[in-house]
Amino acid sequence: MVYKKNTMEGSLFEPTLYLVKGMCIMDNDGNRILAKYYDPDILNNTKDQKAFEKNLFNKTHRANAEIIMLDGLTCVYKNNVDLYFYVMGSSHENELILQSVLNALYESVSILLRRNVEKRILLDNLDAVMLAFDEICDGGVILDSDPTSIVSRAALRTEDVPLGEQTVAQVFFNIMNK
Amino acid sequence: MSAFKRDKKEEEDTGGNPYQNLDKTIILQESRYFNETPVNPRKCCHILSKILYLLNQGEKLTTQEATDAFFATTKLFQSKDVMLRRMVYLCIKELSKMAQDVIIVTSSLTKDMTGKEDLYRAAAIRALCSITDNTMLQAIERYMKQAIVDKNPAVSSAALVSALHLSSTAPDLVKRWANEAQEGINSDNAMVSYHALGLAAATRRNDKLSTVKLVTRLSKSSIKSPYALCLLIRLAAQLVEEDDSEASQPYIEFIECCLRHKSEMVIYEAAHAIVNLRKALRDLAPAVSVLQLFCGSSKASLRLAGARTLARLTAKHPTAVAACAVDLENLISDPNRSVATLAVTTLLATGAESSIDRLMKQISSFVSEISDEFKIVVVKAIRRLCTKFPRKHQALASFLAGMLRDEGGLEYKAAIADAIIALVEENPDAKETGLAHLCEFIEDCEHTTLAVRILHLLGREGPKSRQPSRYIRFIYNRVILESGPVRAAAVSAVAQFGAQRPELLPNIKVLLSRCELDDEDEVRDRAILYNAILETGDEQLINDYIINVQKPNPVLLERALRDHIEVRPTEPFDIMAVPAEEVKDTSEDIVEVEVRKPAKVAIEEIYAEQLARVPGIEQLGPLIQTVFPIDLTEPETEYRVRLLKHIYAGHVCLQFECINTLSDQILEEVYVRCEPPQDYEIVTIVPCPKLVYDKPDSVYLLLKFPSAYFDSLGTFVSKLEFVVRDCDPNTGVPDPGEGYADSYPLEDFEIGVCDQIRAKAAAEDWERAWEKAEGCPEAIDTFALPQNDIDEAAKAVCKHLGLPRNAISGEAVKEVRGFAKFRSGAPVLVRARIAPGSGGVTMHLAARSPREDLAQLILAAVG
Repeated sequence: MVYKKNTMEGSLFEPTLYLVKGMCIMDNDGNRILAKYYDPDILNNTKDQKAFEKNLFNKTHRANAEIIMLDGLTCVYKNNVDLYFYVMGSSHENELILQSVLNALYESVSILLRRNVEKRILLDNLDAVMLAFDEICDGGVILDSDPTSIVSRAALRTEDVPLGEQTVAQVFFNIMNK
Repeated sequence: MSAFKRDKKEEEDTGGNPYQNLDKTIILQESRYFNETPVNPRKCCHILSKILYLLNQGEKLTTQEATDAFFATTKLFQSKDVMLRRMVYLCIKELSKMAQDVIIVTSSLTKDMTGKEDLYRAAAIRALCSITDNTMLQAIERYMKQAIVDKNPAVSSAALVSALHLSSTAPDLVKRWANEAQEGINSDNAMVSYHALGLAAATRRNDKLSTVKLVTRLSKSSIKSPYALCLLIRLAAQLVEEDDSEASQPYIEFIECCLRHKSEMVIYEAAHAIVNLRKALRDLAPAVSVLQLFCGSSKASLRLAGARTLARLTAKHPTAVAACAVDLENLISDPNRSVATLAVTTLLATGAESSIDRLMKQISSFVSEISDEFKIVVVKAIRRLCTKFPRKHQALASFLAGMLRDEGGLEYKAAIADAIIALVEENPDAKETGLAHLCEFIEDCEHTTLAVRILHLLGREGPKSRQPSRYIRFIYNRVILESGPVRAAAVSAVAQFGAQRPELLPNIKVLLSRCELDDEDEVRDRAILYNAILETGDEQLINDYIINVQKPNPVLLERALRDHIEVRPTEPFDIMAVPAEEVKDTSEDIVEVEVRKPAKVAIEEIYAEQLARVPGIEQLGPLIQTVFPIDLTEPETEYRVRLLKHIYAGHVCLQFECINTLSDQILEEVYVRCEPPQDYEIVTIVPCPKLVYDKPDSVYLLLKFPSAYFDSLGTFVSKLEFVVRDCDPNTGVPDPGEGYADSYPLEDFEIGVCDQIRAKAAAEDWERAWEKAEGCPEAIDTFALPQNDIDEAAKAVCKHLGLPRNAISGEAVKEVRGFAKFRSGAPVLVRARIAPGSGGVTMHLAARSPREDLAQLILAAVG
């Protein structure tokens, strides 16, 4: 592209809401369980995405170092038992914001799975996790970062959530429905 | 316990994963189940998640499959189950990209979005906005406005974010919701406030005055949401960057104030903004001390953020970073690779000469534990250090040699070899030691490509050393021990010694004749060729074929050969006409975490493909050069045009690269009316049939150069002519009816001497070439230059002649020496002596060329 906007000019962060480039959950063999990429300009086809994920997994599954710069992206990550959670942003992005998104993702999934963050249980609740994905990030914009409010809108199957972890709105809703 | 473990393992392997081995066709079959009444929510939910899972794994559906699945899904709107409904929305969003007629669900979604059920509303808004097109938007506008100001924060956020997505395709419509958005900024809910600010800023993107108002007002109010504050800091920083006057002071104060916020996210955002502002701030200390604190944090992200931002400061304020040296040194052994890399490279970039030895010791203590990729970054930092502190070469070279001996992949070894090669080339003192290290390395080098490169370097630098014979032993060892390509490279290197050191010639000839018996064709051929050339004793021949062999750019050579075979296969091909490979100087100061390969592509290569559109272009012979593009319009105008000059031996192809920045217009039949200087002849014009918004396209103009060299200098006047058709800015569909013709003047441009020559800085044999050209016609003149400083003047002369900066030599009297080749292939030597004279700078310029008119032309370029 000839008339490409010079993004390197000035190194300030760009004032945009489109901060999240992707989110991903992988198992301990590096297989994708769920992944979403939001920027139409990068990693926009499955082949590139899988190659990136493979590379990312190889570099992160042994070293538990929280954050890595890879292929021009800043990736923050966290793992538990046999699951790896990743949030990707531009290499030119506030790392702490990305960290807050990762936190939201991990915590919501953790509440949804009642603290049993494992592959088998996650697969049993995949629908709710998909909804959580959708509630955290919409097209690259952070929609919500508060785990309780995310869960209140993702965990809708009432029998799955003990009363103590339900929000008032949920309990109210359940009573109304009965 | 162990039995339990095994059980669990088995369970995982067998029925554990309900999503393993899903088959697309079977699941699509299952979606028929959606038609049954009453709906079983649990089962349908499971099928939907299987579809979503498949799509997420990258499975492709055909349009028909997607459409079928989509319509089956819409049946599920009859169920009242909340979970199921939400999954339906998700499916709609995913499938709408592939399926047809998706707007069929608009009414169902609109109903949900305006209904009473809060859990539906937010998600329905987002689903609706993702399927709707601009024509449908009008219908839901009223609901969107209401939703933005809704009491429920989730609904409000969903509406704001959807509006933001829509603003890229329907900016005018979304602008009408600005008032509602503005109200949202003051919301108590953090996310609503953040999204509202994002939308408000996005609708004002091109309206600076109103952005100023927004930021000024909000920086005084107390926004609570950390995300919103981060965004506000970015907006404020951007305003500071655009405004050099004192008026930006309040924004700086606001950002500084944010350094004391309680959220780390905001503190970091503020510190990052302060550090990266172009404008010099009075006091960086508070920001730097915040970053320093981050470096000591227990969280890796914070340490990285701190170290990274400090690293960015190295180029601008090395002293500020040097003050944090202690904190950075603590990070060298950080478990996080990225953090440690940054710390090392930053320290190396800012360290004083005295601290280098200590740093190197620290690096060597952990260098064996880190990955190749990281090592390459360290090597690159050391390489920069070699340039910065040439006196330290001994320590650095031995450190690099030590790394060279360690285990490592090709890329890593190549990076070290590169560093040593650069050291050898830059620093004459380091030459002997550097070459010795490399000699030792090729004794035991498993990478063919690397061995070949080093042999080439030895061939080039070895003959100039004090004791050339000691290198010959190393090189000849390769001939005995290595594979074909390495042997061939070794033969070439040996020949260099014979060509440059006459005292060694007899021995070299013996070595070469031994190689004539080699098994490998290439090795034999080279040995015979070099032996024969050396035998002649013809200096010119030896120079052209052994010492200074031209290497054409491979991509352009391929293209030129292909054109040649198509057009005139019977004639001999002139390899000299292909532009030679150019060594570009790369300068990088920024400390990078990642190893990136800079894309080194000659500008000629980029445009070769596009030029093929001009009919008859292959007849013109090889492309001599493409001149770096110049703008023919002001930036920020309706139409932007850049000019590229592609120079051939007898022709010039002008490429007008146009871009239409008006989204509500399409330009058709774009044509450039050009008045060239008198003797130019226009051969063809290739107009551009259609120029749509934001997609660059080109108009080509092929001209024949005048036969006399002198007439080729001149000014071109041109204007753009086209037919304008209005179109819908959102869809790009042109309005019915005829367009109207219009034109747009372009700035004048020139074709000068520097466009028509490929110039090179003088090589070492320049002196000899200059003397040899004594018999050639010479043009001499003395000029008074307008510059006051001889340094400036020398640079200006270089620019006029298209010479690189390193053509300048001398102190009190600057001398510019260069060698150039005219487009026709005729060579010319240039020498300019620039000296301070009375009241200005005077230049004595001389040019020698076999063609007198060419020598004169060079003088005319400066005059």
